[in-house]
Amino acid sequence: MKLNKENGMKLVFFLAALTSVLAVALICIFLFAGGLPAMAKIGFGDFIFGRKWKPGNNIFGIFPMIMGSVCVTGVSLAIGVPVGLFTSVFMAAYCPKKIYRVCQAAINLMAGIPSIVYGFFGLVLIVPLMNSLTGKDGSTMLTASIVLAIMILPTIIAQAETSLRSVPDSYYEGSLALGATKERSLFFVVLPAAKSGVIAGIVLGIGRAIGETMAVVMVAGNQPRMPAGLFKGLRTMTANIVLEMGYAADLHREALIATGVVLFVFILIINLAVSMLNRRTFHE
Amino acid sequence: MNDKMTIKDMNLHYSEFHALKDVNLNIGAREITAFIGPSGCGKSTLLKSLNRMNDLIPGCKIDGDIRLDGEDIYGDMDVNLLRKRVGMVFQKPNPFPMSIYDNIAYGPRTHGIHSKAKLDEIVETSLRNAAIWDEVKDRLKKSALGMSGGQQQRLCIARALAVKPEVLLMDEPTSALDPISTSKIEDLAVELKKSYTIIMVTHNMQQAARISDKTAFFLLGQVIEYNDTETLFSLPKDKRTEDYITGRFG
Repeated sequence: MKLNKENGMKLVFFLAALTSVLAVALICIFLFAGGLPAMAKIGFGDFIFGRKWKPGNNIFGIFPMIMGSVCVTGVSLAIGVPVGLFTSVFMAAYCPKKIYRVCQAAINLMAGIPSIVYGFFGLVLIVPLMNSLTGKDGSTMLTASIVLAIMILPTIIAQAETSLRSVPDSYYEGSLALGATKERSLFFVVLPAAKSGVIAGIVLGIGRAIGETMAVVMVAGNQPRMPAGLFKGLRTMTANIVLEMGYAADLHREALIATGVVLFVFILIINLAVSMLNRRTFHE
Repeated sequence: MNDKMTIKDMNLHYSEFHALKDVNLNIGAREITAFIGPSGCGKSTLLKSLNRMNDLIPGCKIDGDIRLDGEDIYGDMDVNLLRKRVGMVFQKPNPFPMSIYDNIAYGPRTHGIHSKAKLDEIVETSLRNAAIWDEVKDRLKKSALGMSGGQQQRLCIARALAVKPEVLLMDEPTSALDPISTSKIEDLAVELKKSYTIIMVTHNMQQAARISDKTAFFLLGQVIEYNDTETLFSLPKDKRTEDYITGRFG
């Protein structure tokens, strides 16, 4: 009787675990089954490296969108990584207890804010600001990058702070005892010692930025052309899908799914990088 | 012998706890001074006051007068400069997670030396002075974390020497090491006292007797007795010192 009960529970746990594996597997199958034939039809090179996206004329080149995603992610990292790193160093080494609680609550909250709200924030605040600054349309690469930079902050800060805190105090003290200032000790001894965790945080941030859709759609301008500068609009892969999926049919629809495949491969590479970094941390 | 460091009427509180009481000590230049006493008697605390590492501990308050070559170290002296002049070797070897070379070069770089030739020279001299050059000269670019505990501790001594300190504080430098490594470090300390003033906290009374010139015996935050090592161990004046060194407590 008891054995049966145990086996029954085992089955429940197993099925629960199976759900997520199954979900990932199904997504994979759906994506690749839906996207690969389109890639074949359009021509793999023409699809990935084609610089024109004209669904009306059956021209499907997503290179502008790939570059759009890469550019917007790159610029958001250029803004978000320094801010995030300095914040995490502040929180791990400088922050008085009272302020620390406030900071941490704020960062946790940031991580939980829905992306559409970030989009709104960008739309009503940053877009008009850009508008008055440049005198042109405020929906630009820079606008989207700023919004994304804010969105990846909590990821980077949380990871970096955890790994900074896990660095033994003896490194910090050893550096101070040599006559190094607090800043030098933190940036030249403690931070390098926390390197792999910090990089893992940044890579997770990249994943979040490249996959972000709603916030980007609202502020990026979404013109399907090659990114042409910080103050010009662009379209990301995610935006491409969400903007056109509603009315697309046939090859157009399949090309959008194929865009999803490319995005999926990007995320796959990023996850692989994270797990490799984590493994290296354990071995050290 | 002239005094390198002087400690006068020093009291130290950790918040409410009175950790050091009316300490008066003069540390002779180019001698090894040993601090002995049971755990929690304040000897490490005093050591850390001499390069102001106690500043890191919240609630730590120090009264009295500590001087290095007559200069008040809690006065106008820049704390980073103090720590350059008064180096420290910790109880547990704490090499940085970088190459052996970079470990040694870190200190000089901190103090503004960036010429490759100069750094190479400092690295070699420091490692030679710490009696570890021959063991590591072929793997200077390898991580310092791959060395044995005894090698790591000598590396830490070399790292401390690289900034050319005047005083070297050693906080139980051999307590985490095996007997062979311990004797290497002891020989090293005796060698180093020719050019440096060494203050060493130790739990090992034989060690104090073997290598130190002066010994201070601590109990419950007070210096009970301070004398030439030979005198202190052969003719202790205080009953408590005698009890401790003959192994009746502690």
